[in-house]
Amino acid sequence: MTAATATAREARPLPMARLRPGRIVTWTVLFIGGVLMVTPLLFMFSTSLKDAGQIYDLRLIPKEPTLANYFEVLGDGRFLRWFLNSSLVAIAVTLSNVFFDSLVGYTLAKFRFRGRQFIFLAILSTLMIPTEMLVIPWYLMSANFGWLDTYWGIMFPGMMTAFGTFLMKQFFETVPDDFLEAARIDGLNEFAIWWRVAMPLVTPALSALAIFTFLGNWTAFFWPLIVTTSSELYTLPIGLTSFAVEQAIRWEMIMTGAALATIPTLIVFLLLQRYIVRGVMLAGLKG
Amino acid sequence: MATITLDKLVKSYGKARVIHGIDLEVRDGEFVVFVGPSGCGKSTTLRMIAGLEEVSGGEIRIGGNVVNELDPKSRNIAMVFQNYAIYPHMTVRQNIAFGLYTTKLDKQEKNRRVEDAGRILGLTPYLDRRPAALSGGQRQRVAIGRAMVREPAAFLFDEPLSNLDAQLRAQMRIEIKALHHRLGTTIAYVTHDQVEAMTMADRIVVMRDGHILQSGPPMEIYDDPVDVFTARFIGTPSMNILPGREADGRAVADGDGRLLFGIRPQDLLVRDGAAAADALELTGTVTAVEPLGPETLVHFDVAGQQVIATAPARAVPEVGSRVSAQAARSEIHRFDRETERSLGRRR
Repeated sequence: MTAATATAREARPLPMARLRPGRIVTWTVLFIGGVLMVTPLLFMFSTSLKDAGQIYDLRLIPKEPTLANYFEVLGDGRFLRWFLNSSLVAIAVTLSNVFFDSLVGYTLAKFRFRGRQFIFLAILSTLMIPTEMLVIPWYLMSANFGWLDTYWGIMFPGMMTAFGTFLMKQFFETVPDDFLEAARIDGLNEFAIWWRVAMPLVTPALSALAIFTFLGNWTAFFWPLIVTTSSELYTLPIGLTSFAVEQAIRWEMIMTGAALATIPTLIVFLLLQRYIVRGVMLAGLKG
Repeated sequence: MATITLDKLVKSYGKARVIHGIDLEVRDGEFVVFVGPSGCGKSTTLRMIAGLEEVSGGEIRIGGNVVNELDPKSRNIAMVFQNYAIYPHMTVRQNIAFGLYTTKLDKQEKNRRVEDAGRILGLTPYLDRRPAALSGGQRQRVAIGRAMVREPAAFLFDEPLSNLDAQLRAQMRIEIKALHHRLGTTIAYVTHDQVEAMTMADRIVVMRDGHILQSGPPMEIYDDPVDVFTARFIGTPSMNILPGREADGRAVADGDGRLLFGIRPQDLLVRDGAAAADALELTGTVTAVEPLGPETLVHFDVAGQQVIATAPARAVPEVGSRVSAQAARSEIHRFDRETERSLGRRR
């Protein structure tokens, strides 16, 4: 070690010296918030490793941990079915949102036509209507079209969202027109310009939209509960409640199912975490 | 290659007319530079030629064919934009090849053209890099490469060097000019930088408020500007303009009279001693000096008006001192004070 680095190290303030009161308060608040968020998850995993006799024993590490619940849940064909249902619904709705929201957002952002502003405001105005108010019209519509208790019935209300359209429009407005005009001169048609040039330029926004849509649909409960009646069409959140109704609240099963249900969201998060953070920031800035 | 003809070209946005029926012919293989201040209509004119703006009146012909109603892609032109418009998600090779996206050439021919463009533009080592890993000048070359591979009838450049620093700009000016010599393709180039216009153009088109003020070879516009605006816009530093009159065939810049005298700073020389009988002599107090190396620009105040003259490199006058500068009669441009139109020079 040279004399210079030694001096620099000595000159650096000790960790304790950097602990200003404001920083201590911040860390304490963040720590408490972190504990509050993580504790239910830990209890979920802990309960999933307990047998029925231990579930009211609130210690975090089970006395006799067991994987029997996992074997039972995974051995129950219904769980796998619900898992696939949820996957199908979440993936289809996500792809649909990414496609249609960005297509409409792009059109509203990059084309000048009569009524453009009116259409945009009309789409935006639907953001003001709470889901609870829409459920009855959705239900009546589903009943009239024969969509009750079908995959399409579960998916159709979320296939395109006002928020997604708004988010994408805001992002497409940041794409310089020169990119699109250059492609136009190079001979691309308008669809190809959108797909090959504009879409790759808004990848962070698309990722954010995809993540939020996937998570929202993976955990959706209210509408799937209303529109489905047969258990083979249940999505995971609805299916898990049947453990409570049919089998006198088997908490260990519910928690095991819930623990398994977090796997896709964990995968999505681990794969796309940098986009999630960036997407949340961007959505905050632009949305 | 092709001739581009603008015939009484008009552009209006609603009731506001921004291009007022301009006529121009860009000859086959010619390098024409549109120059003028912001808002003069030069970019709008270029965008109409490209097909990115609708034509409100008149005709655009490329290679003799009227193209008013044709899509940009059907006009067989290529355009280079100010902010390069190269796609960040593609490599240099993909960006250049993108210009051939819709062509029916076979893959081998496409590759050959991309490789050729890369070689000509010095981009071969960077073909597999993303634009983010390139300098501004290299990015602009990629944009030019994308235009080149299409082998268009004409290139359109919309202020392509504006985002580059001074040194790169100078280098790219030379490169684009060399490229023009090599390819011989018709070029319409828009800039607000008169140095670019002077150094690159076969012909300069000076625009203002949607009108063409003057069109001609750079030195013709420099030597014989048609009005005060063109005289001041072309040449740096700007031409000195002084109100005055003529007495006994001599220019007298005393603020009276119906003339405006224009003297380029390079023609107004700081010197001691008696002036020639027909020369214009201006005396004033030095307010600033700008030593440029080969020469020094001397700013001085003549009866409340700032004038710029040139002094030899080593003869830098003190700020606050009195200086005299003289311009030969043949270097004095005369303009009508009311219309600001040129009345020529007395040779």
